[in-house]
Amino acid sequence: MLLTGASGSGKSTLLAALAGILDAEGAEVAGELTVDGGAPRAARGRLGLLAQDPDSQLVMTRAGDDVAFGLENAGLSAAEIWPRVDEALAAVGFPYGRDRATQALSGGEKQRLVLAGVLARRPGLLLLDEPTAQLDPPGAALVRAAVARVTADRRATTIVVDHDAAPWLPLVDRVVEVVPGGLVEHGPGWRPASRTSGLDLPLAEAGPTLLAAQAAGFTYRGTAAPALPPTAAVLRAGRALAVTGPNGTGKSTLALLLAGLRAPTTGQVAATEELIAGLGTAQPHRWRAGELVSRIGTVFQHPEQQFLTGRLHDELALGPLRSGEHATAARATAEELLERLGLTAFADANPYTLSGGQQRRLSVATALATAPRVLVLDEPTFGQDAATWRELVTLLAEQRARGCAVTVVTHDADLVQVLADDRIAL
Amino acid sequence: MTTLALGPTAGTALGRINPVAQLAAIGVVTLVLLTSLDVVTPAVVVAAELCLLPAAGLTSPRVLWRRTWPLLLGAGSVGLVNVLLSEDAGVVTGVGLGLRVVGLALPGVLLVATTDPVRLADALTIHWHVPTRLAFGALAALRLVPLLVTEFESVRLARRARGVEAGRNPFARARLLGGIVFALLVGAVRRGSRLATAMDARGFDSGIPRTNARGSRLHTRDAVFVAGTVVVCAAAVTLSVLTGSWDPVFVG
Repeated sequence: MLLTGASGSGKSTLLAALAGILDAEGAEVAGELTVDGGAPRAARGRLGLLAQDPDSQLVMTRAGDDVAFGLENAGLSAAEIWPRVDEALAAVGFPYGRDRATQALSGGEKQRLVLAGVLARRPGLLLLDEPTAQLDPPGAALVRAAVARVTADRRATTIVVDHDAAPWLPLVDRVVEVVPGGLVEHGPGWRPASRTSGLDLPLAEAGPTLLAAQAAGFTYRGTAAPALPPTAAVLRAGRALAVTGPNGTGKSTLALLLAGLRAPTTGQVAATEELIAGLGTAQPHRWRAGELVSRIGTVFQHPEQQFLTGRLHDELALGPLRSGEHATAARATAEELLERLGLTAFADANPYTLSGGQQRRLSVATALATAPRVLVLDEPTFGQDAATWRELVTLLAEQRARGCAVTVVTHDADLVQVLADDRIAL
Repeated sequence: MTTLALGPTAGTALGRINPVAQLAAIGVVTLVLLTSLDVVTPAVVVAAELCLLPAAGLTSPRVLWRRTWPLLLGAGSVGLVNVLLSEDAGVVTGVGLGLRVVGLALPGVLLVATTDPVRLADALTIHWHVPTRLAFGALAALRLVPLLVTEFESVRLARRARGVEAGRNPFARARLLGGIVFALLVGAVRRGSRLATAMDARGFDSGIPRTNARGSRLHTRDAVFVAGTVVVCAAAVTLSVLTGSWDPVFVG
């Protein structure tokens, strides 16, 4: 069964309640929920849970040991454990042996391994909480293929929670959507609404070049292979550039170079007069942080790494203050952005308490607060539901329309299709 | 942190010694070095430890340097500070103190370089009856250390992107570093609690007595290794007494 719905609709909470791991402290609990006719906690031995982030689910240093972990907890003998480990690894299509170091695996492979560890315990109820939300498309496909294999015999009841329903439809028998006020079950043949349909983005006129990379490459100290081979890129006002390509080809590294956060080890990244606007050097990595923030806005893949204050309002005012704006003007900018993003009600809230989608919008807003001419965004649409996705895309198109050079590093084919004017495939 | 993130080399001779035997040997060495203040005892002990380097697979000078530079830096400064600041400490005492630091810390480096932390946790729970919750909890936490190292770099860059940078002011630098460490800790606590949930969801808190799929056996070679350590330490003390430089802590 697939349980879908917008972010913040409560689908993950429902799943946590089923798994018996819901932290009810300080919360209002109503109604009753039973698993196998009893409290979910009592049925814990018969259920398996796969969460989002593979790195916070692996325990051991080697693959086989990690699968064995849950069986050791169940008190099985070594003679029973190893055959079941091998069986589980084969079931998810894990391509390496038991001795493979867990650190050497890709995100999708790690998530497959976690799934094997869950399956080895032979759960009667399998709960999957957005198992592909933190993976790139190939990794997500690997995990879905593994789920399809292990649930094909329908021996266990499986509940998948995901706001992105489409990829799971071929795998499930029932689709239930969490909507305000309750649950709605969709009939066979139901398809989610396309997130790109009816999207009306403002158009922009191409302006002058603001920033250009010439044969810019980057090699980490002490490594032989470059993280980014020499690459050319041109960022123009009023144009959106999409950087695509598989993992490990240096997409994020290119973003760091263009954002002036790292110095290229070969070639150069140089701003034009239009963007330099009176600074002593054309190379963004030499600019002071206060000068950088008013010219190039950067949004990282994990929004929480960028938050610096304990209030949304302060968070938005920080960039303008750092670039030398007056406190009153900074406050006005912050209020305007809060209003635009529909976050005014949260002005005094701590950024960490927002939902994932809200955090993402906030991190984009912090980059916009200084009205930079160049925007660099790393996977801005990762894990967004349809509504936030449309909001974000519209916001980026508006920035482009005001003469901003927008650069997105992304795996998201829809985003590239609706927004990109220029493309670089690494 | 980077030395911790390097991880063990597989298949070394020293790695075949049971981790609890290695810990017992470390205990013997620590006891002897903490009670002797002369230069001969730590010199002999360090010489013996250096002989173990090939057995730990640490033959290339570059690899050795990467694992030991914080230790060598510490030892050097301990010796130097004592020579410079203490009135009655000569160069010999300074060298002795530096050697003690090396002698105390090198076995730890050897253990980390040769032993898979999972085997260490297995041995501790099986032979020394360390609670499994403690041993495997610590093990899971150790896995997160390399992640912290990479995260430190992204958080630092993210701050520059937000317009926060220390420049040359040392106080601003300290404040910035404090902020980054705090952000990392917040992230680590959140990830740690997710990890604990994932472990419990796989029955870690089920209350069933936990079995161990890998086991951990003690062999004759483990006893020989500990005995050998005792012999080397005894030889070091004997030599020190014979040369007249023996200077134990407890005799004042």
